[in-house]
Amino acid sequence: MAVQALDAARLPVDWAKLVQKLALATALFVVAYGVVPAYASGYLVEAILLPFLALSLAAVGLNLLTGYCGQLSLGSSAFMAVGAFGAYNFNLRVEGLPLAVTMILAGISAAGFGVVFGLPSLRLRGFYLAVSTLAAQFFVQWALTKFGWFSNDNPSGVISAPHLAVAGLSLDSATGRYLLSVTTVMVLTALVWRLVNSATGRNFIAVRDNETAARVIGVPVLRTKLLAFAISSFIIGIAGVLWAFTYLRTVEPAGFNLDRSFQILFIIIIGGLASIRGAFLGAAFIVVLPLFLSRLGAFLFGGLFDSGVLDMSQRIVLGALIIIFLIAEPSGLSALFDRLKRRIGSRSS
Amino acid sequence: MIGASLGAAAYERASEISAILAVANPVGDRRLARLSSRPDVVLALSGIGISFGGVKALSDVDLEVEVGEIRAVIGPNGAGKSSLINIISGLYHADRGRIAIGGQSFSRVPASRLARLGVARTFQNLALFGGLSVRNNIACGRVHTRRASFVEHIAGLPRARSEDAGIAEKTDQIVAFLHLESVADRLVATLPYGLQKRVELARALVAEPKLLLLDEPMAGMTATEKAEMAGFVRAARDRHGVTIILIEHDIGVVMGLSDRVAVLDYGRKIADGTPAEVRADPAVIRAYIGTAEGENGEDIR
Ligand SMILES: Nc1ncnc2c1ncn2[C@@H]1O[C@H](COP(=O)(O)OP(=O)(O)O)[C@@H](O)[C@H]1O
Ligand SMILES: [Mg+2]
Repeated sequence: MAVQALDAARLPVDWAKLVQKLALATALFVVAYGVVPAYASGYLVEAILLPFLALSLAAVGLNLLTGYCGQLSLGSSAFMAVGAFGAYNFNLRVEGLPLAVTMILAGISAAGFGVVFGLPSLRLRGFYLAVSTLAAQFFVQWALTKFGWFSNDNPSGVISAPHLAVAGLSLDSATGRYLLSVTTVMVLTALVWRLVNSATGRNFIAVRDNETAARVIGVPVLRTKLLAFAISSFIIGIAGVLWAFTYLRTVEPAGFNLDRSFQILFIIIIGGLASIRGAFLGAAFIVVLPLFLSRLGAFLFGGLFDSGVLDMSQRIVLGALIIIFLIAEPSGLSALFDRLKRRIGSRSS
Repeated sequence: MIGASLGAAAYERASEISAILAVANPVGDRRLARLSSRPDVVLALSGIGISFGGVKALSDVDLEVEVGEIRAVIGPNGAGKSSLINIISGLYHADRGRIAIGGQSFSRVPASRLARLGVARTFQNLALFGGLSVRNNIACGRVHTRRASFVEHIAGLPRARSEDAGIAEKTDQIVAFLHLESVADRLVATLPYGLQKRVELARALVAEPKLLLLDEPMAGMTATEKAEMAGFVRAARDRHGVTIILIEHDIGVVMGLSDRVAVLDYGRKIADGTPAEVRADPAVIRAYIGTAEGENGEDIR
């Protein structure tokens, strides 16, 4: 009796919140597996949802490393490339390998790379670490272009997505690729969510917030950093597979250049560091921004607003936004979202 | 206690010899061996010296700490108190001298093994994890007891869950002991300074250390907060039996709280004994009056 009372006091179950969470999860499933496949246009899936999902996953991965563990990286694009080319080769060279296994192996390859290029983090910090992760960026692009083996001797290093199927079911259609992508992203995000709320996730934050104190209380700092690089690269690698196989369908090494690394970094800055939701908000923003700008530009300036102007205006808007977010709202869209929710909540109650 | 004045002359000679021999310190080593084999000595420092680019922060400091005592280390700003704590916790490596912790002797204490050696500490400047709640900050203090891997945590396997449950229970006990219940679920960075200091004490205590190093735990606090903190420090010793090294500026607090006091001045130990002995020591009075009128403005009351 007394024990029960004590437990109840320690773990107050907030039923309203639980119901709200369940409702949210149900809605998510209904939209992801019901509404979108049934009603979304091919354009919406191919031009918006597929890049959004792949970039969201990459941002979740980078956020683990940079947002939670405090290790700045500019190598995301390289880890995506390792994932994509890894999956291509595993699929090509191992007869009948199931797609899920191919993806996991690709992720593990990227994780291995992540650990190797994470080694400098044991010595370097912040800006210097970021510069050293550039090495990954240049090395991977060089290796993939230099050695034809990686692209099955395609003269320009281009790879094409293989036939995608799970348990004999073809996923090559836009809807099939969407289902593959959304399922992968949901499963991995759920695992990351478990991770960041576990003792390991708190070790990441401890290393980020005060490395010395973390070391003294017994956090294995070196192991924690390398683990963050490994898991982060694993996830980014699988995001690379999605990018190559479900979205672009054909990619060359140059598609995974430094611009892409910066894009993923901008996603987590705009969305909010150390926030899983922020990775999705940021990715949505980055994907929708050019579409929005081109519509707006065409409306305001008509034919004068060509793709060159669009590209430039996109860079300017993005640059300005990064600066504004870094100064005015370092916690990103995710924090804005929270504040909005609270304001609406307080008005309605 | 063990005849500070009697020992002083012998130590002085030892330091001369060690200065001549420059590296080896056989006298100190033998003394350390003798001390570290005594079960009632939790910590023994012998001939500790460290300098930073020509500045001698500590020279030839000996110190022993007995089980269950509150051992104060006082001295003016820049006397080398924090350096001493940093050497004991392995964050600084002494240029000379040895450190014996619970019978194990080191020339460099391995900081990453400190918690497992039974030593916990707080920092002069707050060193909390700003992005974690109070409860999670405290729970981190037991990270050295964890064995479950990240896979076990993600999958929620039995070992991970039982570790979490055990640590949550210990955390709750410390939260109650230090009266932190009302703020336990707040982000630690949002707390006022005095409470953050208390959370840092909680994070150290939850490790159940044999030896606790407190670097100015009451600095910057109001008189009420200081009294409260002093009460917690004493209670930690009385109830948990932890041995404490306490660095503190407020002489009133030190004299009331500690069993023995060591005084550092310009990196040298100039006195060591009971509060009454130290207060009457002419060298201490000289050092303190010297600085009280000087730039540091330390107060001796
Ligand atoms: N990491 C360091 N680098 C350079 N000098 C240091 C360092 N730590 C301490 N010192 C110097 O050592 C001396 C003692 O400092 P400290 O141990 O912090 O004294 P206290 O804690 O007694 O005020 C000071 O002169 C200080 O400048
Ligand atoms: Mg100090």
